[in-house]
Amino acid sequence: MPLLEDGRLRPDDWTSIEDDAPLPDGPAIVSLARLRAEADALAGRNAPLGVALDPGTQPEEVAPFLPRLALVALRLPKAKDGRAFSQARSLREHHGFGGEIRATGHVLPDQYAMLLRCGVTTVEVPEGTDPNTWARSRDAVRIAYQAAQGAARPLSLLRRKLELA
Amino acid sequence: MNALTPPQYARTYRYDEVDREFLRERIAEFRGQVERRLAGELTEDEFKPLRLMNGLYLQLHAYMLRVAIPYGLLNSAQLRQLGTIARRWDRGFGHFTTRQNIQFNWTKLEDVPAMLEALAEVDMHAIQTSGNCIRNTTTDEYAGASPDEVVDPRVYAEILRQWSTLHPEFTWLPRKFKIAITGSPNDRVAAQVHDVGVLAKRDARGEVGFEVHAGGGLGRTPIIARKLRDWVPESEFLAYMEAVLRVYNALGQRENIYKARIKILVRDLGDEFTQMVEREYERLPRDKYRLDPEVVAAIAAHFAPPPFAALEDQALPEDPEFRRWAAASVRPHKQPGYASVTISLKPIGGIPGDASADQMEAVADLAERHSFGEIRVTHVQNLVLPHVRQEDLYTLWQGLRAAGLATPNIGLISDIIACPGMDYCALATARSIPIAQRISERFASLDRQHDIGECFINISGCINACGHHHVAHIGILGVDKRGEEVYQVTLGGSATNDAAIGELIGPAFSYDAVVDAVETLITTYVAHRTPGERFIDTYRRIGATPFKDALYAPA
Repeated sequence: MPLLEDGRLRPDDWTSIEDDAPLPDGPAIVSLARLRAEADALAGRNAPLGVALDPGTQPEEVAPFLPRLALVALRLPKAKDGRAFSQARSLREHHGFGGEIRATGHVLPDQYAMLLRCGVTTVEVPEGTDPNTWARSRDAVRIAYQAAQGAARPLSLLRRKLELA
Repeated sequence: MNALTPPQYARTYRYDEVDREFLRERIAEFRGQVERRLAGELTEDEFKPLRLMNGLYLQLHAYMLRVAIPYGLLNSAQLRQLGTIARRWDRGFGHFTTRQNIQFNWTKLEDVPAMLEALAEVDMHAIQTSGNCIRNTTTDEYAGASPDEVVDPRVYAEILRQWSTLHPEFTWLPRKFKIAITGSPNDRVAAQVHDVGVLAKRDARGEVGFEVHAGGGLGRTPIIARKLRDWVPESEFLAYMEAVLRVYNALGQRENIYKARIKILVRDLGDEFTQMVEREYERLPRDKYRLDPEVVAAIAAHFAPPPFAALEDQALPEDPEFRRWAAASVRPHKQPGYASVTISLKPIGGIPGDASADQMEAVADLAERHSFGEIRVTHVQNLVLPHVRQEDLYTLWQGLRAAGLATPNIGLISDIIACPGMDYCALATARSIPIAQRISERFASLDRQHDIGECFINISGCINACGHHHVAHIGILGVDKRGEEVYQVTLGGSATNDAAIGELIGPAFSYDAVVDAVETLITTYVAHRTPGERFIDTYRRIGATPFKDALYAPA
C-alpha cells in the first residue's frame, strides 16, 4: 500500500514479514515477539529494521530495541481507537525515538494533523487515496492550544503566552 | 452598542483574533466533513464520531445540537443569541443541561452550519460537547461570587478548556471524559462523581494547588472517585492531567462500551492506577508542560472582579411573596451589599431546564441591568445572576415574575433534575420529563415545599443516568420491564462533600404509582424529622426501614 508523507504519496520501501517467513535483504518490519526472540540475529543484518506494535503494547516493552530500529509501525484497528496517539507520543517523548513512526490500519484524513502532532511521520493508506484530501484535512485547523512533538510547532495560545513571558 | 457586543464588565473569557481564527477553521473543517459524507467519501460509521465531536446527535425525532457553554459562563449577548437561535432554528425553546450546556432538540441537519455561524458571532461553538473526548469542564455556578471561595475555579476551567480543545492525543479516548473543578471547600460541582474531579485550594503560603480525584461516575456502574493526589502544584497542573489521561487512553477498555469509562479502570487497578499516573507524571518532560504563572495571570485577567460599588448589606423588603422567593433564590455574596440570584427553570408542571427564546432575552436584559451582563448555567439546570445589588433584588424579582421565572423553589422538592428521557432520547427506556412534571404538580403548594425544605429529586429515563438519579436524595430511574415503564427508587444519594450513591429501596413502581411513592416518602420524613432536619439527614439518622415499611406495607 502507498504511504503518505508530508501530505504526498510515496512508495513503501519496507516489507512486513510474517513471524515464520525468512527475512529479505531490504528494510523489514517484524513483530515484537520476533524482535525479542531473534534480537541478536536481527541486529546483525545489514538492512534497516522496523517493528510493528499492537495497540495494546506499551512502548516501554520495545524500548531496549529502539536504538537498533529505524521504524515503528502503530496500528488503529478502528479509526476511533486512539491508543496509537499515546504510543507515538510516548516513543518520542519518553524514549527519544527519532526514526519513522508509521500509522497503519483504519486511519481517517481527519486524524492526520493530530497524528503528526503526536509524532507520527507516515500513514499507510489504501491504493487510490487522494493525497489532497489528506493535505486539506491536515491544514484545516492551523491553530493549536497545546505543545506538539517535533520542531514545526503550530501556534499555541498557552505557549504563545509562555513565549511572550 | 451592537446586540452581539458583550457587555463591558461581563467576565467571560474574551476571544482574541487567534481564538476566532481557530473557530472559523474548525467550522470550515466540519463543513468539509459534511460534504464528504454527502458525497459518500465518509461512511456513516466514520462520520459519526466527527459530527459528535461537533455537538450533533441524532435523537428519536430529529437531530439535536448541543452547544458548549464553557464552565456554564455566559454573557448577555451570548444568551440573547441563544434565544435568537431557538426562535429561528428550533421551536422557540432551548434546553439547559446538567453539563451546564444548552441543547436544541429540533435541529435540521441543513441548518447546522448557519447555527454554528450564528454561535461563532458571539464566540460560541459546539465543539467537544459529545464524542469520546474531553467534554465541557463544569464548575461552581457561584464562582467569583461565593463567600466560601478559596480559588477562582474559572481560571483553571478555562486553562483546561484550552488544553483539551482538539488535544492531539486525547481526542479518540475509550469513552467520553468529564472534568469538574471547584475552588471552594464546599463541593457544588459533584466532583466525586466525575471522571476527574479537581478541588483547587491554597497552602499555608497562599499558593494554589489541586486535589485530584479520578474514576468517579454514574451510569450503570455508579462509583465514587478515588483520590489520586492531595496536592498538585499549580505549575504542574497540566502535566498531571496529561499523565492521568495518558494512562487512561493507553489502558482503558475499548471492547465493551459499558466498561470503557475511566471509573472501571480505576476500580479494577485500584492503587496501581495511582502509581501508574505517578510514574507517568514523574517522567514527563515537565518544562514542556509547565503552567507558567504569566499564563495563569493572563487568563485570570479575564475573570477580574467587576467594578463593585462600595455598598453595605441591607434588609430585604417586607413583601412576603418576595421574601419567600428570596429565601429560596438569593445567596450571600462575598462583596458587601451584593447577592447571587438563582433563577428557577423549574416552573410547576414545566420541563426542567427548558427556557423559551423570550425568557432567554428577558434574562439577558435583566443580567445587563442588574448583574454586569453575566449569567451562569447550573448543573441543576437553572440559571444564576452572580452579582446583583441587594437594593435591586426587589426590582429584579418583579422582572423575573413578568417573564415567568420567579418560581421560588430552588433547592426544594420541585427543583428536579430530569434527563430528556423517551420524549427525545434514542437511548431512553422510559419517560422522565412527565414524571418530573407530575411530581412538581403534586407538590405545587409552595408553602408545603418550603415546609419540606431541601430535597433533591433526580430522574433518569435509562440506566445511563444522565439525570444523576444515583446522587439524589430521592433518585428515580425509569426502566423498561416487559414493555412497561417502571420506576426504581433510590434513597440517600449525595453529590456534595459527603458524596454517596443512593440505595435501592425495593421493587419498582409503575408510571402511575411513582408519584404516590414520592408522596409516601415525604410523609414519612415529615413524621420522623426533628426540627430543622433535612430529608437526607432524617434518612441517614433513621435508615431505610421506616421508608420501606411505609412504601411496601400491606394495604
